Amino acid sequence: MISIQTEDFDAGTEYEALRASGSGTGAILTFSGLVRDSGDLSGVTGLFLEHYPGMTEQVIQNLIDEASRRWSIRQVRVIHRVGQLALSDQIVFVGVCSAHRADAFAAGEFIMDALKTSVPFWKKEITGGAEHWVEQKASDRDRAQSWD
Amino acid sequence: MTEPTLTVRFFARLREELETDRLQLPVTPGQTVGDILSELANRDGAWSQLKSGQPVMVAVNQAMAKPNTPVQAGDEVAFFPPVTGG
Repeated sequence: MISIQTEDFDAGTEYEALRASGSGTGAILTFSGLVRDSGDLSGVTGLFLEHYPGMTEQVIQNLIDEASRRWSIRQVRVIHRVGQLALSDQIVFVGVCSAHRADAFAAGEFIMDALKTSVPFWKKEITGGAEHWVEQKASDRDRAQSWD
Repeated sequence: MTEPTLTVRFFARLREELETDRLQLPVTPGQTVGDILSELANRDGAWSQLKSGQPVMVAVNQAMAKPNTPVQAGDEVAFFPPVTGG
């Protein structure tokens, strides 16, 4: 399931939902990404996140489908927030459950790496006196390409 | 008869710098995404940034596309900077 939302989420609730995915589940991987005080700029006080409604959801669904072809996974949950976020706010949640841990680890990392480089989201860093659209990182491109 | 058109959308830094989130443009047979980009890049002011330098990603009907992707009437073409989610 995919949610793009301005509201916060509760990682514990999401974990419990994945835990209820059936007795064949033997592993749950969860990842949360938070707003940090430094990025392209230092002294970041918040982020603004924009997306492309419709396309964003479709591209994430394609990623989940791709992950399901590559690994044996039972359920995937992706939440990505948009709009204004403050320091330490949650930005993204990825949860994957599978029978064995290796599939959940790999699928979760694959989805997160792709979220950085191929899904239409854009971050703007806000500091005391400036706003700056974040540049895509070569290191993120390299990580995403390592799955090709 | 009304002229056939397509919609062009802009996101993030491009939307802000071009001060435009959506345009309606006439479409001609055989036109590609690259043709639209060249036409927009020839406009004055902030539009000239589309000529070179900063990389631009493009989608047609909400799927990633390339400069040689053909377009037709009714399409939704989107130009945006490299994505930075997660």
